[in-house]
Amino acid sequence: MSAKLEALCQNLQECLGDRLKSLKVALGEVTIEVDAADYLAVMQTLRDAPELAFEELIDLCGVDYSTYGNVPREGPRYAAVSHLLSIARNWRLRVRCFAPDDDFPSLPSVTSVWNSVNWFEREAFDLIGIVFPGHNDLRRILTDYGFIGHPFRKDFPVSGYVEMRYDPEQQRVIYQPVTIEPREITPRIVREATYGKANNA
Amino acid sequence: MPELRNFTLNFGPQHPAAHGVLRMVLELDGEVVMRADPHIGLLHRATEKLAESKTWIQSVPYMDRLDYMSMMCNEHAYCMAIERLLEVEVPIRAQYIRVLFDEITRILNHLLWVGCHGLDVGAMTMVLYAFREREDLVDAYEAVSGARMHAAYYRPGGVYRDLPDRMSQYQESKWKSAAQIKPFNEARSGSLLDFLDDFAARFPKLLDEYETLLTDNRIWKQRLVDVGIVTPERALQRGFTGPMLRGSGIAWDLRKKQPYEVYDRVDFDIPIGKTGDSYDRYLVRMEEMRQSNRIVKQCVDWLRQNPGPVMSDNHKVAPPDREAMKSNMEELIHHFKLCTEGMHVPEGEAYSAVEHPKGEFGIYVISDGANKPYRLKIRAPGYVHLSAMDEMVRGHMLADVVTIIGSQDVVFGEIDR
Repeated sequence: MSAKLEALCQNLQECLGDRLKSLKVALGEVTIEVDAADYLAVMQTLRDAPELAFEELIDLCGVDYSTYGNVPREGPRYAAVSHLLSIARNWRLRVRCFAPDDDFPSLPSVTSVWNSVNWFEREAFDLIGIVFPGHNDLRRILTDYGFIGHPFRKDFPVSGYVEMRYDPEQQRVIYQPVTIEPREITPRIVREATYGKANNA
Repeated sequence: MPELRNFTLNFGPQHPAAHGVLRMVLELDGEVVMRADPHIGLLHRATEKLAESKTWIQSVPYMDRLDYMSMMCNEHAYCMAIERLLEVEVPIRAQYIRVLFDEITRILNHLLWVGCHGLDVGAMTMVLYAFREREDLVDAYEAVSGARMHAAYYRPGGVYRDLPDRMSQYQESKWKSAAQIKPFNEARSGSLLDFLDDFAARFPKLLDEYETLLTDNRIWKQRLVDVGIVTPERALQRGFTGPMLRGSGIAWDLRKKQPYEVYDRVDFDIPIGKTGDSYDRYLVRMEEMRQSNRIVKQCVDWLRQNPGPVMSDNHKVAPPDREAMKSNMEELIHHFKLCTEGMHVPEGEAYSAVEHPKGEFGIYVISDGANKPYRLKIRAPGYVHLSAMDEMVRGHMLADVVTIIGSQDVVFGEIDR
C-alpha cells in the first residue's frame, strides 16, 4: 500500500471514527461502507474536512446485490455506490451504503452536498428503484415516459415486458407484450476463487 | 391589458443543433431562458444491463458505441478496469500504441467538435476543414482495426494486433486518374507510422489555419465570449472534468495527475482557461489538439525503435496465436475455453478512469468471479456536463443555448448509454 493510501485511510479513521462501518483497500482503491443513518453526515464530512477534501462527486450508481455469486443473498439487497475525487489531495474514495429496507429501498439524497449527484440519483431511482428523500426532482431519466418497473434490477428480464410497434389499424403506436424469447448463449458460471487469477496461469 | 406569462418551448429532439437526440423543454421570458429541463434517454440502450449478460470480451464493441466520437478511449477505460481486476501486465509496446490511439482519438473528437460547433454558431467552413483531417485519422483507425469507427481494437491484455506495415491506398477510377491520385498516395506509401509521422508534421500548420478562421473572428467571439460562464467552485460542485473543468481554470488532467499507461513518459502541457466561458473552452480544446499532436509524434518515434509483443502472453486472458493453437494441446484448450466460456475475472470491484476527450470517462465494474460482469457502471462525462445545462443557460438568450450545448461537447451515445 502506498504512502498516499495509508494517509487517506488514517485520515478517514480520524475524521469518521465510529461512523466507519468498514474500510477496505484492494487493487489500489479504498472502499468504505457506512450506515444509511450516517450517510448524509459522512458525505458532508468527506467534502468539508480539509484532511479529506473530496470536492467532487464523480459517480453514484445503484447496485442490486440479489444474485451476487449465484448464491441466495443474505443481508440488504440494494446499495448506492459513489466515487469521490479530491482535486486538492489527488485521491479517490468509494463509498458504499446499503439501503436498509429491501421492499422500499431509500437513502438520503446528497444533492445538497454535491449538485453533480442530481442526475445520478435520478438514474439510480429510475434503473434500480432506490428512493432518495431530499431530492427535489426525483423523476425517471433514462427510460421511456410512462415506463413501469426498474430495469436494472436482477429480476427484470433483459428483453423487458413490453415492446412498442405501430399499429396500422388503430393508426398509432401501441405497447404489447414482448414477442421475443430471452436466450442465453454463454451461461453464467462462477468458478472457484483461484480460477481466473493471472498468476495461476 | 393582456396577461403576460412565460412560454415553454420544446427544443429537439430533431433539432440539428441538439447534437443527437436531446430534447429540452425551455421556459422563456421573451427571448431569455428562465429554465431548461433536458429530457434524455431517447437513445437509451441499457448497455450496462446488456453487459451483464455478455462475457467480458463481448462487451468491448459496445464500448465503441457509447461515445461514438471517441471510440478507442471508451474501450481503454473498459479494458483497464478488467486488467486491474485480473492484475495482468500490458506489454509496453501495447501501452504506447494505446497512448498513440488515445491521442489520435482526442484529435478526432476535437476536430468533429470544432466543426460541428462551428456549424451551430454559424461558421460553415470549419466543418469542411475538420473533416479533411479526420479522414486521415479514421484511415489510421481502419489500418489497425479494419473499421473506421467502431474499432474494438483494445482488448484486455493489450491491443488486438500490431501496427500494419502498409497503408491502404487510393485506387485509380473513372473519376480520378493515376496522376490525380498520386499526391494523395504519397504519404501512404510507407507504414502506418510513416503516415502518422507525416500527419503529425502537417497538423500544427493546419491548426493554425483553423485558428485563423475562428480565434480572432469577430462573429465567433461575439457568440462565444462570456457565454456560459462557470466559476471554478461551481465546476467542482457540478462534477465537471476534462476541458470543461480546465476551461474554468483548474489544471486537472488525469494523464498528468494520475498517469496511466505511459503518459508519465511523454512530454505535454495542460492548457487551462481563465474566465470559464465558451470561448475559453474553445481555446483549451484547440490547444489540446496541439498537445495531442506532440504526444502522437513522441509515440511514433518510440514505436519505430521498439518492436515487441502487443498482447499479454497470459492465455487465461488473451487467446494464443493461431499457429500455436493448431499445434499444441495446451493452447488449444486455452483457445477453446476462452472462445466458449470466456475469461473469468476474480471477485472484486474496480473503477478505472481515463482522460477521455470530453472529460473523465470511468468504468466501475463489480465482478463476482463469473465469466460475465456482475454490474457495470459507465461514468460518462457528458452526462454530468449536461446535468449542469439548466444552471449554465439560465439568463442567457435562446441563441446562446445552442452555443452552450456545443461548448459542452455532448454526444448522446454516452449520455443515454
